[in-house]
Amino acid sequence: METKISYFEKPILKVKNLTKQYGDGCESCLRVDSNVLIKNYCPHCGTVYACKDISFELHKGEILGVVGESGSGKSTMLQCLYFDQEVTDGEAFISSYKNGETNIFKESSQAKRFLKNNVLGKVYQNPILGLKMEFSSIGNIAEKLIAAGSRKVCDMESRGKELLDRVNIPLFRIKEAPKNFSGGMQQRVQIAKALSNNPPILLLDEVTTGLDLSVQANVLDLIKQIQRELGISMLVVSHDLAVIRMLADRTIVMLDGRVIEEGLTDQILEDPQNAYTQELVHSLI
Amino acid sequence: MKISYNFAFFDEGSKREIRRASLKAVAIPGYQVPFASREMPIARGWGTGGLQLTLSLIGREDILKVIDQGSDESVNAINIKKIISKTTGVKLTDETNIATLIQSRHRIPELPLNEAQILVLQVPVPEPLRVVEPSEFITKRLHSEMEYSGAWLMLFEEIMKYGNMATGADHPVYVNDRYVMAPSPIPRFDNPKLNYSKALILFGAGREKKIYAIPPYTKVVSLAFDDYPFEVENFGDKSCKICGARGVYLDEIIDEEKGDTFYQCSDTSFCINRLNKVAIDEGGEA
Amino acid sequence: MGYVAVKGGTIAIEESIKKLKYERLKSKKILNVEDIRGGMRGLIDQVMSESSLYSEELAAIAIKQTEGNSEEAVFVLRAYRSTLPRKHYTKIVDTANMSVERRISASFKDIIGGQILGASYDYTHRLIDFDLANETIEEALNWVREFETQDIDKEGNTELGKLPKVVDYLRKEGLIQNCEDDNKQPSDITKKSLEFPSQRSERLQILTRGQTGAVTSLGYAALRAYGSTHPTVGELRVGKLDLYINNPLYSSDDEEEDFYIGDISVTEVESFIPNMVKKKQGKKELEFVIGYGICYGQNETKAIAMSILDHCLETPDDRYPTSNEEFVLYHIDSVESTGFISHLKLPHYVTFQSKLDSVRKTRKEK
Repeated sequence: METKISYFEKPILKVKNLTKQYGDGCESCLRVDSNVLIKNYCPHCGTVYACKDISFELHKGEILGVVGESGSGKSTMLQCLYFDQEVTDGEAFISSYKNGETNIFKESSQAKRFLKNNVLGKVYQNPILGLKMEFSSIGNIAEKLIAAGSRKVCDMESRGKELLDRVNIPLFRIKEAPKNFSGGMQQRVQIAKALSNNPPILLLDEVTTGLDLSVQANVLDLIKQIQRELGISMLVVSHDLAVIRMLADRTIVMLDGRVIEEGLTDQILEDPQNAYTQELVHSLI
Repeated sequence: MKISYNFAFFDEGSKREIRRASLKAVAIPGYQVPFASREMPIARGWGTGGLQLTLSLIGREDILKVIDQGSDESVNAINIKKIISKTTGVKLTDETNIATLIQSRHRIPELPLNEAQILVLQVPVPEPLRVVEPSEFITKRLHSEMEYSGAWLMLFEEIMKYGNMATGADHPVYVNDRYVMAPSPIPRFDNPKLNYSKALILFGAGREKKIYAIPPYTKVVSLAFDDYPFEVENFGDKSCKICGARGVYLDEIIDEEKGDTFYQCSDTSFCINRLNKVAIDEGGEA
Repeated sequence: MGYVAVKGGTIAIEESIKKLKYERLKSKKILNVEDIRGGMRGLIDQVMSESSLYSEELAAIAIKQTEGNSEEAVFVLRAYRSTLPRKHYTKIVDTANMSVERRISASFKDIIGGQILGASYDYTHRLIDFDLANETIEEALNWVREFETQDIDKEGNTELGKLPKVVDYLRKEGLIQNCEDDNKQPSDITKKSLEFPSQRSERLQILTRGQTGAVTSLGYAALRAYGSTHPTVGELRVGKLDLYINNPLYSSDDEEEDFYIGDISVTEVESFIPNMVKKKQGKKELEFVIGYGICYGQNETKAIAMSILDHCLETPDDRYPTSNEEFVLYHIDSVESTGFISHLKLPHYVTFQSKLDSVRKTRKEK
């Protein structure tokens, strides 16, 4: 099946050569043809190459899965996209921001704040990172709305109720702080918060890892439902191929900081090319 | 080892440094300018910031008024007046309208100020975002990026919890459409006096080592929401037991003997002037 | 007949000040400043260090004036310090040239120059000496005469003015990294306000003039549970440092032309802390880094605690508040902390009235 992409339809997110390393590198490992690395680590200088030359595209309305074992660099890559970390090198372009012609990594801190408030949403594996635990759930949502310029309490209250209702948080609990909620509920509040300003792109980092299986299924259903209703483009990072299979249309596989395979999720599951991917798929069945 | 102090306690170099910081503050309304705050003979927390501002500005011709909680006779006000007087010999007054320099803790005088006057306010905590963010390093960045959602979020939470904003004094304000500022613990009642004030208003935080300013005729808006507007303290139909004034900020006093409550003007010199005016009107002498 | 403000406040304050003076004098005994200088070395050293003003005479007067209240004495001295013109900065002092009166190391059993116990409470039994209540001046003078004329064993002829530093021994072996002399002008925190991230020289200044109790408590917390510093006292020295300034009459690069202005007594501590360093080939090596503490006067506990906190702030560890520079540096200054706490005694009835109004309003609308 050939997916026809109109020549004029830019991908909503285009990442080119994203590189993140911890350490300065040395002559041995910085050489282009270097093969001295053990996994993503240089034994000579101790530099860790968390992400090396990562490139991919995310199209409008699609869910792109990013799968890999722990240490593959997938979470680091997401942190770089959300400005939680600074990239060492590379570029990223968002089609709805400045016409997709500006590298967002080089933008000013005010511009980055604007992107985080209006264009990108992120849901963290650990809700403490995405929520103000001491503030009410509805306050958490208001925080994002205020950052986008809203100054009407009743508007924010009703939008907050709407979002929390959509993620099935009962009305009588919206004024409670998330620290009193279960893990699954906290994730759902996070999702509501990330959606508050209708960002075109949502980043999901291992959002169901650590939750009970039934709760996992619950949250995954919710994500699929939201995606269907709102048509948001999503990047879903997970080490669990089952989660990727459930959500993602296309998938990229990461190992030791690099992308080693990509394609339609179905194709990768049926006919993995790379040896590592084969192992991964085999363990799933 | 007898030492004689320079006019206004400080050496000229120190006064110059404080004035430079003040000029920068006036040039950037609402922005907290760091300054090398000196130790004073009065304790930190008791008005050293305000005192340093006053001492750096005061000249022989100035007429000084100092109040605390609105009263000229408060212990803190008297202490400050003593040290300024001792090191300057400048004329002191209780009258708001003849003072050229007014240093105040926690109140703005009831009588509107004019362009020839400077008001110096004492500030305990200059950072309006301190409650949301304990780190100075981070709040400095938030100000530079105009990231003030934390300040509104605090007010939003109060509305969710209590049905209205529950700040007491020190309700944050938005200055010149750029900086969110802590107006010092003046009651909400006094916030509107900051807007388009004819007098220059300077703020000094000695312990925290910051100076900031609202130049005359600057737009100052108290933080609020479109549907939850800013409200001042409401004394209803209560009036001052002594002079009968209404629409001024009142102190609530419990009558020891009768056991009931009565109210009187917080601004003591305002109250006395009203009494004297009434006395004159009724045909007495001043 | 006009209305005037009730002047009660002025009178009340004047009476309060009189009563305070009465408290100091009611026993009908006055302390001599020389008595304080002679017999209260501990308090003088503490107060000089916290006020960062070295003058035993002024410290003694301040202690007499404030009846031994260290919080108030430091306050008075700092306020005075504010008024002093700054005429010179001394030349760089090398503490290796200290005239040592006490010098110990916990890191080695014996060190070149020896472990010199000097005058310290460490080796006394802390038992109250009730005889002191009846000490007579004759007994004291006799004892002093005997002590000053006793035979001194001249065999171990250690030159006390040039004892090598224990740290140099570790440096020679390569266990402590050599560092280049950094003679960059440090910023004076009493002239320029602190901004974060801070420089090490600024941190050391704030630590050395910190309130003894505060510095000690935080050092204790870092050591006991809330820090990852495991120090050993490499060297603790108490002694005198000579101070020189540039010739004030004419400029000259010749050291011979420098002016000697006097000496000060200090306590210096260098703590050794093991530190992991990544070397080539992925190898990890252990080396030592130094935590540094120095104070006016003999303030050993404070200097050791300072060396611990110096290290905590140099190598921050997110788990612990003791390595958070804002948490440590903003809260250890005696004048600032005692000032702000005591300001709570000032009237707050206007702000309280405002709060009352808010509280009443929320109740009404419920």
